[in-house]
Amino acid sequence: MKDKLFIGLSALAMLVILAMLALILGNIFWFGKDRLSWEFISASPRVGMTEGGIFPAIFGTVALVFLMTIAVMPAGVMTAIYLEEYARADSKMVHIVQQAVANLAGVPSIVFGLFGLGFFVNFVGRGVDGLFFGGELNYGQPAILWASATLALLTLPVVIVTTSEALRAVPREIKEGGLALGATRLQNLWRIIIPSALPGILTGGILAVSRGAGEVAPIMFTGAAYFLPYLPTSPNDQFMELGYHVYVMATQSPDVEATKPILYSTVLVLLALTFLLNLLAIYLRARLRKRFAEGR
Amino acid sequence: MEVMGEEVETLDKLPQIRLDTPARPESLPAEKEKIRIEDFSFWYGKTKALDGITSRVYQNRITAYIGPSGCGKSTFLRCLNRMNDLIPHTRWEGRIFLDEEEISRPSLDLTALRRQVGMVFQKSNPFPKTIFENVAFGLRIAGEGNLPKLSAAVEESLKQAALWEEVKDKLERSALALSGGQQQRLCIARALAVRPEVILLDEPCSQLDPISTAKIEELLLDLKSRYTIVLVTHNMQQAARVSDFSGFFLLGQLVEFDDTRKLFTTPSDKRTEDYITGRFG
Repeated sequence: MKDKLFIGLSALAMLVILAMLALILGNIFWFGKDRLSWEFISASPRVGMTEGGIFPAIFGTVALVFLMTIAVMPAGVMTAIYLEEYARADSKMVHIVQQAVANLAGVPSIVFGLFGLGFFVNFVGRGVDGLFFGGELNYGQPAILWASATLALLTLPVVIVTTSEALRAVPREIKEGGLALGATRLQNLWRIIIPSALPGILTGGILAVSRGAGEVAPIMFTGAAYFLPYLPTSPNDQFMELGYHVYVMATQSPDVEATKPILYSTVLVLLALTFLLNLLAIYLRARLRKRFAEGR
Repeated sequence: MEVMGEEVETLDKLPQIRLDTPARPESLPAEKEKIRIEDFSFWYGKTKALDGITSRVYQNRITAYIGPSGCGKSTFLRCLNRMNDLIPHTRWEGRIFLDEEEISRPSLDLTALRRQVGMVFQKSNPFPKTIFENVAFGLRIAGEGNLPKLSAAVEESLKQAALWEEVKDKLERSALALSGGQQQRLCIARALAVRPEVILLDEPCSQLDPISTAKIEELLLDLKSRYTIVLVTHNMQQAARVSDFSGFFLLGQLVEFDDTRKLFTTPSDKRTEDYITGRFG
């Protein structure tokens, strides 16, 4: 009897979650689908964002996430490799780094945004300008480079934690097997451990991308623009981004009511894009897994 | 100091434990020493896992170490190729020699040692690679990139491990698709491919069925003409079937070491007798 009650309750909880998800997705799809057109995803906004498309925001989002991935993956993976494979598990240093990573994951994203503004834009950027451009304003302003660096910092804990878990999941027997054949630690790492852990490491990448693509707060002060008539072509350009575009249209537009249909469609595109990025990464991971299962 | 004193005292009461001369010299004509272990003790942190082990491993012979779980026999085996170096907070005293070279010194080149002293683990551990790449791994990391040479070495190793006939048509398949017994023979082939002088086997059959076990035992008897083999097992019948020399470990001490027939028929220590007659362990 108690069993049945519990099963019923947990099933109900699951249904509530599913219903909410269906409601949100259904709502967005229903109100967003009418404005979707080729023009919408290939043109720039016009007439105070009530007409035209959102291509610059799509482009900016993809570019931002791409740059972020390039920055976060090597740093995160190498940190995890150091923590798991080289540092002694009981050292104070490892403990401190692990605590720092855990705390980093708990920091609100707006704080990352302010940190990005203070550190990357004002400190690093201004410093670069002072050193290489004689004080002329080039990098000491919000830019896609600084926004992706800020996002990389935000997603770093995800990558470190998932990579650590992937490395830990490689069986001890396999790690020892390589060493017992006379492999150096570096050879063992490159030829046995990393290939075995690669699908798990990619999972970290997937999670980082999903997280990064949906964040608005960290990029508000560090590079996202309200409206730009051009696409970013240099790392110190500003950019438009889907999440920020949604925020802008919902709160800053001259005519909020008129932008509503576009708002829905933009959210739909943002969801679809995140979903696609995920799908791509999952496909890559599945192919890798298959390759290892077949042993190529 | 008190603890140490006590231990030494206990040891003195048991003359069989300390074999400063080769076991039963009168019955062992012309055996060539391959590994010499001298008064070797080993600690994990503060726990003493091995206590003053003195033993010999003879060339082209199978030496088996038996004993109940946790008696230190695996720790002992892993000292012979320094696998324990991977574990933090370990230390040792005493010395181990391979031929005349001391392999227990801290400055030793471990990769070179492990090429000389191969190891097969309790749980078969093929890499998630093809059968071919598994066997070729040791040679590849040693810098051999010549494919004909690698192919020849892979074939020879698989033949020595009595696996060639079963896998010759599927060398490019994943090693993980093989059966448990085949995987373990693959691991033996992988160890043989780097042409070691000594092969250490840590309970190689404990997870295998009787038929696979019989195949591996037969294989070991074949291999001893070319290699020196050290086998750790808790399976006494196995030790009795395949080994030439046996040692009995108990609570970190080598209670008795002797010719296998002698150890199993007329053990000189009461504890050995109790163990092999099944009174405990």
